[in-house]
Amino acid sequence: MELSGIIAYLVSLAIMAGIYAVFCLGLNIQWGYTGLFNIGIAGFFCIGAYTSALVTTPKPTGVYAHYVHQLFGLNMPFIVGMLAAAFMCGIVAYLIGIPTLRLGEDYLAIATLGIAETFRLVFNNEAWLANGPRGLMGLPQPLQGLVDPANYNYVYLVIVLLIMVGVYILIETGIRSPWGRVLRAIREDEISAAMSGKNKSHFKMQSLVFGSMVMGAAGALYAHYTKAISPNVFTPLYGTFIIWVMLMAGGSGNNKGAITGAFVIWGIWIGTKFATDLLPYTLKARAPYIRFLLIGVLLEIILLYRPQGLLGEEKRISKWIE
Amino acid sequence: MFELFVYGLVLGGIIALGAVGLTLVYGIVRLANFAHGDLMTAGAYVALFMVTDLLAWIGVPDTIFFPLSFGLRMVIAFPVSMFLVGIVAIVVDRILYRKLRDKKSNAVIMAMSSLGAAFILRMIILILWGADSLFYRPGVLRPAIDLPLNIKIRPDQIFILVAVTVLIVTLHLFLKNSKMGKAMRATADNTDLALVSGINTERIIIWTWGIGGALAAAGGILYGIDVQLHPYMGWNFLIPIFAATILGTIGNMYGALVGGFVIGVAQQMSTAFLMPTYKPAVAFVIMILILLIRPKGIFGGSS
Repeated sequence: MELSGIIAYLVSLAIMAGIYAVFCLGLNIQWGYTGLFNIGIAGFFCIGAYTSALVTTPKPTGVYAHYVHQLFGLNMPFIVGMLAAAFMCGIVAYLIGIPTLRLGEDYLAIATLGIAETFRLVFNNEAWLANGPRGLMGLPQPLQGLVDPANYNYVYLVIVLLIMVGVYILIETGIRSPWGRVLRAIREDEISAAMSGKNKSHFKMQSLVFGSMVMGAAGALYAHYTKAISPNVFTPLYGTFIIWVMLMAGGSGNNKGAITGAFVIWGIWIGTKFATDLLPYTLKARAPYIRFLLIGVLLEIILLYRPQGLLGEEKRISKWIE
Repeated sequence: MFELFVYGLVLGGIIALGAVGLTLVYGIVRLANFAHGDLMTAGAYVALFMVTDLLAWIGVPDTIFFPLSFGLRMVIAFPVSMFLVGIVAIVVDRILYRKLRDKKSNAVIMAMSSLGAAFILRMIILILWGADSLFYRPGVLRPAIDLPLNIKIRPDQIFILVAVTVLIVTLHLFLKNSKMGKAMRATADNTDLALVSGINTERIIIWTWGIGGALAAAGGILYGIDVQLHPYMGWNFLIPIFAATILGTIGNMYGALVGGFVIGVAQQMSTAFLMPTYKPAVAFVIMILILLIRPKGIFGGSS
């Protein structure tokens, strides 16, 4: 393969890793800083992607209307789609938070898992909503006319990285503020945080909603990168599990760790693809399962032997204290 | 409607087998075991391996106990698979959860570890058997018999109800009368108190995993007999069995039993006006309603 091909491939890898890094940052707010156990990331992924798709595409007309059904199509710009995605995910997170946050962590876990499965079922079965299992195609991309389509991925990489850095700065600012310290106090010891006069359900809810909004934005980024989405993308494997492995590998409670984890695990994930390409033909069809098996084993090893991940949590709590 | 109710009892029995194991593990090991559904899948596939390969190779005749859809091979495979999956559950505990317990990891890390175990188990099944739906006995005619009230039911489904009843009664007698059963109930009630009374909690945990795994395997096999085998079958049972566990109060075996039947009946009745694919969503909605109205379940105190 010539050099330009390799670079193009690396760019596409970096875009996906960057999108996953945004998911990891969102999850880091919930798990890393507040200790909320959300195993339905795929649900927010799905809602974010579909919301943005519906907001940015035009409603099909003429002969297309026979083949593509969608509830509405607003034909709005990308940025509106992404904000709408974050907003919708925030609302869903709020609704899940109401019955579960006052209970133990396991309840939030099983409820978010249920939401993820339910939304996937809804988008799969309700063809009028977003074209059912065939999904939506032809999503617009931001700044499309700016460069030659062959080089468009460079533009999108810059957009993804800018959003990733923006989210990173936003979270860092939040987490180093008094608000962030309350979140971490709740994570460490709910009762003593409550005794200090902090309303723990309030703060947990803010963390859940904030993190889910970031995930929604990441879902929108994904949708406009691939330009086509269908319900079977948002499975627990690709939508939830790998993001958890990324955050745990990078270091929960550390935003640099979240980003590092996303890039490292995505690199390993793609690397195993090349490795399984060497397998004999009969095993090739099952190669993805072998790769996921390895990712699962990797998670267990991290949990057992290095629960703090590559980069542990930074102890610095304020820029005024060294 | 009566017919759907009876089908609901069949499905509910299978859910109950999963939920009873889950609630025992929840109460005694203090772990939300997200791998429990995949233990059901493992049970079904271990039995499949025995029925179609191992027992055929040994030379066990391929008979059918008419009017049921299975025969001698399944009768052997059923308990063996329960035993083996019980062992698998114990081994997973030894490799993963015990180490985390020893390190005093928090409960959420253990739950995450079980989520990892769930994916590992499922990937092993996918690697070995592929992603297609399979049957214990493809192409067999499964005639239904007519009962009063316009109920059509297959003999297999009656067998499932009988098998669930036998397993649950056995477990009940074990927990009520045996020394180990009493110790298990004591540990579920109060781990510290059990520990100071000289109960070896690690041994209790081993038994709990063994029983939980075996019951899950039974549920998986029965679902395989009733419908089909699929690598995601157990994962799709995860929300129903958690809903049943929460409905019946976590740690309460009888609650899980009742919860299982309630969820199963609700899921089947819902197919009268919803697409059958929405069954997991029905279980999920019921669970959310319980969390809103009575988070400690029907057998828990109100708070």
